[in-house]
Amino acid sequence: MAIKLNVNGRDVAVDATGDTPLLWALRDVLNMTGTKYGCGIGACGACTVHMDGKAVLGCVVRLEEAAGRRITTIEGLDPEGNHPVQKAWAQLGVPQCGYCQAGQIMRAAALLAEKKNPTDAEIDEAMAGTICRCGCYQRIHAAVRLAATGV
Amino acid sequence: MTLQSFVALRETRAPAASAVAPAAAPAAPVITNVSRRSFLEVLGLAGTFTLMAPFAAGAYEPYPTGGEGMPRGLVWDPKVFVSIAPDGTVTITAHRSEMGTGSRTSLPMVLADEMGADWARVKIIQAPGDEPTYGNQDTDGSRSMRHHIQSMRVMGASVRQMLEQAAAAQWGVPVGQVEARVHVVVDKSTGRQAGFGELAKAAMDLPVPAIKDVVLKPESAFRYIGKGNVPLYDMKAIVTGKAVYGSDVRRDGQLYAVIARPPVYGGKAKSWDAAAAKAVPGVVEVIEVPGTPAPAAFMPMGGVAVVARTTWAAIQGRGKLNVQWEDGPNATYDSAAYHEEMSAVAAKPGKMVRNQGDAEGALAKAARVVTAEYYQPHMAHTSMETPHALAIVKDGRCECWAPAQSPYAVRTDLAKFLGLDVANVTVHVTLLGGGFGRKSKGDFALEAGYLSKAMGGAPVQLTWTREDDIRHSYYHTTSVERIEAGVDEKGKVVAWRHRSVAPTILSTFKESDLQFAIELGMGLVDNPFDIPNLRCENGPIKNHVRIGWFRSVSNIPRAWAVQSFVAELAHELERDHKELLLELLGPPRKIDPVAAGIDGELWNYGDPYSVYPIDTGRLRGVVELACEKAGWGRKMAPRTGLGLAVHRSFLTYVASVVEVAVAKDGTVTIPRIDTAVDCGFPANPERIRAQFEGAAVMGQTLCFHSAVTFKNGRAEQSNYHDYEMVRMTNYPRQVNVHIVPHPFSVPASGVGEPGVPPIAPAIANAIFAATGKRIRDLPIDTDLLREA
Repeated sequence: MAIKLNVNGRDVAVDATGDTPLLWALRDVLNMTGTKYGCGIGACGACTVHMDGKAVLGCVVRLEEAAGRRITTIEGLDPEGNHPVQKAWAQLGVPQCGYCQAGQIMRAAALLAEKKNPTDAEIDEAMAGTICRCGCYQRIHAAVRLAATGV
Repeated sequence: MTLQSFVALRETRAPAASAVAPAAAPAAPVITNVSRRSFLEVLGLAGTFTLMAPFAAGAYEPYPTGGEGMPRGLVWDPKVFVSIAPDGTVTITAHRSEMGTGSRTSLPMVLADEMGADWARVKIIQAPGDEPTYGNQDTDGSRSMRHHIQSMRVMGASVRQMLEQAAAAQWGVPVGQVEARVHVVVDKSTGRQAGFGELAKAAMDLPVPAIKDVVLKPESAFRYIGKGNVPLYDMKAIVTGKAVYGSDVRRDGQLYAVIARPPVYGGKAKSWDAAAAKAVPGVVEVIEVPGTPAPAAFMPMGGVAVVARTTWAAIQGRGKLNVQWEDGPNATYDSAAYHEEMSAVAAKPGKMVRNQGDAEGALAKAARVVTAEYYQPHMAHTSMETPHALAIVKDGRCECWAPAQSPYAVRTDLAKFLGLDVANVTVHVTLLGGGFGRKSKGDFALEAGYLSKAMGGAPVQLTWTREDDIRHSYYHTTSVERIEAGVDEKGKVVAWRHRSVAPTILSTFKESDLQFAIELGMGLVDNPFDIPNLRCENGPIKNHVRIGWFRSVSNIPRAWAVQSFVAELAHELERDHKELLLELLGPPRKIDPVAAGIDGELWNYGDPYSVYPIDTGRLRGVVELACEKAGWGRKMAPRTGLGLAVHRSFLTYVASVVEVAVAKDGTVTIPRIDTAVDCGFPANPERIRAQFEGAAVMGQTLCFHSAVTFKNGRAEQSNYHDYEMVRMTNYPRQVNVHIVPHPFSVPASGVGEPGVPPIAPAIANAIFAATGKRIRDLPIDTDLLREA
């Protein structure tokens, strides 16, 4: 039975059971692979997407919870990379392997949508759920700050 | 790191006609040290060019590296790596895998700068696994820039000269009258110009100049090399979610699979409930994957696969399999008991691996003897992208997409595993979502290949879940390092005995309970200290898990022990740590490995010792630089402290000074790290900084969190909730990377791995300075740091 989703402004029907995590529906049914798998238990943040503008973890949100909600993935944030967070990421050379960066960018974009000029502690707190094994944290912090203050 | 001797072991199993790797002796792992072979001989083996002809004035004479001794060596032919389209687009092939170091950008950048290409008009394509064409592709051991910077420069210069020749011929003027500038060749007397695109066909039809006729640019003319002004080639794809990693390959009609693998090393599946798994919606098939008895190198460990329409369905189906396992001989493995066993071995004499002077006699006569023992547990790499591969195996052919560090090894292993001709196997290299050594092993691609074949050629994407990754890793070895130092009446350290006990990586390839030259050469026998009586021993221990290399490898436990111990000695002798460290390093000199009493040959990371000697002057230099930048000796507030460590690995010299603050509840925060790096010529300083910033975080993670422990042969950790990482709540707030400047004539050395080893001992030394508590076991138990 197909479940209707709105992903990046587009209505789509996903042929999967309601308990399927949004992550796997995006990746394996819709072939939208920008959203990454990292742990499957909500511990690493690699699968972060926006649901009605708030950052959520795609590996723990079930399709039935996402139905009828507005989902934004990295592919929909700004396909040309002109979102201030994306620009800040490029300007400061944040990524190393880049795999976690979709999750990092989506988390940072949600933070800045909610809070225009977060404190250092607020940045670190908001980003703490998203692991980077390459260890780009110093640049992630600086890039969130740069995105907040203008790129 | 993939080490040429491992490849040599592989080659002896499946000989390849073109292999130039030194062969391993059948009985003991004798490592042929490339450094002791003459450059001419190595070049002769590689057969690419000859040094016998005289060099033209100003022509480039390459310095020797271990690159030529790697399997299938180096390729210096620009027609293999470069093409120029009529519109001027320059396409450069990246033949090394990109796992986060930036080499996919940096190596083509070197070539582009040398040829005069405008970076905005450069396209990069990724080579498939094809070493006969591209030369060695094994992206490991911090070797990409170190081994390939010269060939990239020479190829770029060759193309530049060919473009100039083509322009001169077109205009009918002497070649000395024309000059390549940025993407154009200019006639210096008339000012007329021709674009690279216009000249491309004529230029690329010319013979490639002999290396003795190639003249490199002066360094003052570099536009990208050494500048740090070229962003990652994949930056836009990464920030827009379009970058393709191994997990992201999609093909029509593809299926998704996960495998239940034996929880104990060497075990196998006895029975399982295929019907229950197939009852899960979306599950298509349940397939047994054959294992290879250990030591199995990079062959899959076997298990039971569930193939489904989505990864989620496959995971759900696997949950219903109820596999019963036959555990085999490692079912009693207990890592806590093993720690005690290693300590007991380290308390006794082991096999001598270095003997300089008379350490035993000097210890017996010493005014005092200081002894300490350090421990480091198993660790798993946990790259953010777990192992993944997609394979299509049908009609006698295999096409595979994999985030492979060593794609040609994957290709030859796939051929062997599937019974195919290597010519009928293609391995496409995707981006790697981290590697850290785990993705040097192609087992996951072989699993995907096996499943596609079993599914009649359907494309199968094989996913390792995070649980699989942590429970079935090629684990970083666990280690006990015991050091005893003898001090004379004047307080001078006159004797040093270091015993290392750790299950060996070699055990993944053949039965062995002793470490081999590669492991011994990572911070044990290459100890740089100026101590007259210095002995190193290696005690035997049998492995019970699958061991593999992890970023920095044995340098992690060695730096942990040696650099912690120096700080302990300084405290015992009431000396400043930095002052004692410099005294132990001794005067600036190049160590003579023969006089040092090293048993057998010093591995030296596979590179010639004459080019990359152990230079204590450079060790001293990074100590001085890091300390100066960090303000060593400054007054610190209560429960804060500075800690220092220095280590040479992958031919690079690194010192870190870490500042810590220890809260009353034992929580440790790191406001600042100053790392000084001497890696020879820094080709891309911006990415070098990134590597050392990241290494600080990985070093902090292993210092406080990383332990895979075993009970009943089973790993006790499974995911990031119990195998934790440093996060943005506790990362080092400021990592300053200070790169020692060098011209190109100081050979580039490794940067991917050498940043990790000094971090943990520098943290522990800082904690001691802050609290007076000495920690010798990793990971650090912060409960021990609570204020009494």
